Amino acid sequence: MVRKLPRKDVVIVGLGWTGAILAHELTDAGLDVVAIERGPWRDTATDFNVAYAPDELRYAIRKDLFLQPAQEAMTMRNTISQTALPMRDYGSFLPGTGVGGAGTHWNGHTWRFFPSDFVLKTHLTERYGASRIADLTVQDWGVSYDELENAFDRFEYLAGISGKAGNLNGKIEAGGNPFEGPRSREYPLPPMQMTYAPTLFAEAARSIGLHPFPTPSANLSKAYVNPLGIAMGQCTFCGFCERFGCANYSKSSAHTTILPVLMRKSNFEARTECEVLKVDLASDGKTAKGVTYVDVTGELCEQPADIVLLNAYGLHNVRLMLLSKIGTPYDPATGTGTVGRNYAYQTNASTQVFFEGKNFNPFIAAGALGQTVDDYNGDAFDHAALDFVGGAGINCIPTNGRPIAYRPTPPGTPRWGSAWKKAAKENYGNTLTFSSQGSSYAARGNYLDLDPTYKDRFGRPLLRVTFDFPDNDIRMSNWVSDRMQQIATALGGKQAVVGRTRKGWNSVPYQSTHNTGGAIMGTDPNTSAVNRHLQSWDVPNVFVVGASAFPQNAGKNPTGPVGALAFWAADAIRNHYLKNPGKLVQA
Amino acid sequence: MTSSTPFRPSRRGFLSSTGMTLLVASIAGARAAEHSGALPWKPFAALPPQPLPGGRWYVFTPDEVRMVEAIVDRLIPADDLSIGGKEAGCATFIDRQLAGSYGSSERLYTQGPFLPGLPTQGYQGAEAPVARYRAGLAALAQHVRSQFAGKAFADLAPADQDKVLGDFDAGKVAYPAAAGFFNLLLQNTMEGFFADPIYGGNKDMAGWKLLGFPGARYDYRDYVTAHNQPFPLPPLSIAGRPEWKVGSK
Repeated sequence: MVRKLPRKDVVIVGLGWTGAILAHELTDAGLDVVAIERGPWRDTATDFNVAYAPDELRYAIRKDLFLQPAQEAMTMRNTISQTALPMRDYGSFLPGTGVGGAGTHWNGHTWRFFPSDFVLKTHLTERYGASRIADLTVQDWGVSYDELENAFDRFEYLAGISGKAGNLNGKIEAGGNPFEGPRSREYPLPPMQMTYAPTLFAEAARSIGLHPFPTPSANLSKAYVNPLGIAMGQCTFCGFCERFGCANYSKSSAHTTILPVLMRKSNFEARTECEVLKVDLASDGKTAKGVTYVDVTGELCEQPADIVLLNAYGLHNVRLMLLSKIGTPYDPATGTGTVGRNYAYQTNASTQVFFEGKNFNPFIAAGALGQTVDDYNGDAFDHAALDFVGGAGINCIPTNGRPIAYRPTPPGTPRWGSAWKKAAKENYGNTLTFSSQGSSYAARGNYLDLDPTYKDRFGRPLLRVTFDFPDNDIRMSNWVSDRMQQIATALGGKQAVVGRTRKGWNSVPYQSTHNTGGAIMGTDPNTSAVNRHLQSWDVPNVFVVGASAFPQNAGKNPTGPVGALAFWAADAIRNHYLKNPGKLVQA
Repeated sequence: MTSSTPFRPSRRGFLSSTGMTLLVASIAGARAAEHSGALPWKPFAALPPQPLPGGRWYVFTPDEVRMVEAIVDRLIPADDLSIGGKEAGCATFIDRQLAGSYGSSERLYTQGPFLPGLPTQGYQGAEAPVARYRAGLAALAQHVRSQFAGKAFADLAPADQDKVLGDFDAGKVAYPAAAGFFNLLLQNTMEGFFADPIYGGNKDMAGWKLLGFPGARYDYRDYVTAHNQPFPLPPLSIAGRPEWKVGSK
């Protein structure tokens, strides 16, 4: 028995950052919009209550706000020859759920990728020759940095990002990132006040000729009223940011920047605790009729709509496309097909420097409060004499001192007993941590598809992730680790431990929730699932918005480009699609 | 501390880790939240932590209590730096965690088939933490009886206890029923020593005092630029500080 609901102009799957931005833009255009979110309604005062928000066990260790594997798990393997098994608990990455999505519990690092990142294949081929990227499947995005600049700007002003421009209209600015693309104006807010560790890190980096700058942050340096008229407060450096909702209205998210205005619009409705099972296609397979979902009572519902927007987490966008038979699944044996193609991740390594007699006070922190060095990121440096492409940002962003997870001790320290306790006490306030966040370049064997064995609670196949770090990325990351060693040496301290990335991606320890690709954008329907406007090549009234569209990942956090792509897609729908529904790009 | 917070059914269903098992069925009848026209607001919609009342053991048998208290007191021994794991309530903490959704892996993916996995694929066993504790503690007890003339772990000298735990930690004691059990025990013990005291461990914030972690404070603006200075304030629990209680000195 299926309950058929009245038609809407637009149905949005997932009410996180991109769903909220598109809902706001399309309701402004007069459309009747419903957003369907499988997680609960959440809001600051009720769910991120200051009286109990600083609870490490509940939120960081038991992961209270995240998508639970009981609701949807994924399977993983490193290579095609292995049998994928379910990640019975999420570890390496932690997808979100509920209103606000992963934007609820992010740290708030808000980047623009370099201009060269958007034309990566063309750029690398011209500079180093095609043979340099022969074992990678990197592609151009189909949209340039200059085209996206306005969308980046709108997202940064919506979110009140705190930072210092390094390139204003082509002029290099002191104190900012000299390697970034040109910005049309300054950040909406100045950088945050610096804590001690990033201050020392910046001094050390500068002493060896590098160019540190304050990390652009969605933890607000000052009170702010955004262009929608929504007020936010100054960050109080509580150190409960990533994995937590902000109790203080000072971390940008859909809750703090869009929903108070969006929810008052008569042409918008949100349905929570409703899980979309699939996009319904017409019998021609080329038109979406709407979506089918299960509501909280277990009843099956059909929501017809003229436009379907997939705004779930990137991995879930890909799974919904596969389950709905939108586009052709990618086949790694032949390299053909588009959905699931070019899955990429992030190539990280961390460094600890142990001091004596310091008070780093690691608990005075915020998710995006720190300093970054971009000298070795992307193609900011010449790779001609090197044996890899790509790079990493080097970040000193101590996000917290929460003691269940944060108890640094030097190598060789026992894990328990009095010797452990002594070392834990000595090093808690004496350790400076920084890390490299490296690019992840697409390779033929890394992809997403549907698992042949394991099912979710509705009997649908789980998403299967096949991934290992490509050799290129391992070489890149190890070279950057050598650069981290130089910074560690400049910092002094009594001992430095520099991390090294190795083959064999491990799904257990937390690494990064920056999963990209699988429904990538591009200019060729044979090698991309969506066109440059995020419109499905195969089903043109479906748009797929998120990091699923990244052809490969850069050495930066993805939320800035994801927010920009949401505005970019909204512009395409408002300015082009509504006037003439159909394919916006002819193949 | 103990809590008088009564159990309430949660509209969040299985989406929350806090407190006892909470069922989606409790909200059946309330059709999916449909929100329009304004930000939704309902009284009592918040879901504060719901720690279990003290004064009893929920999962561990008396023998298991004795054994776990002895273990946590070697993993975190009492010394001149802090109280030990037993006095800090680590066993109590673990017992209460096992009684909730954590103990039954209710929020994890527990469908089969259960196949041996690669290290990169994580825990692939069918057993939830309660069963892993039961089997692991039984194996440890059996091992100690066979090595120490029928004695219980709690009756060994501390040096012998450390030797036994060290052998388990190093994987020198083969007991297939409880693979990975030592890591689970160590992780949960540390959670108990460093989690907010409302969950039954970290008595008087002893773990936080050890490190200098100020706890559930939420505003450090006055101290951000006080670089390299000791932080002057004592730690604070979600439940406040002991001296704030009525009747305290």
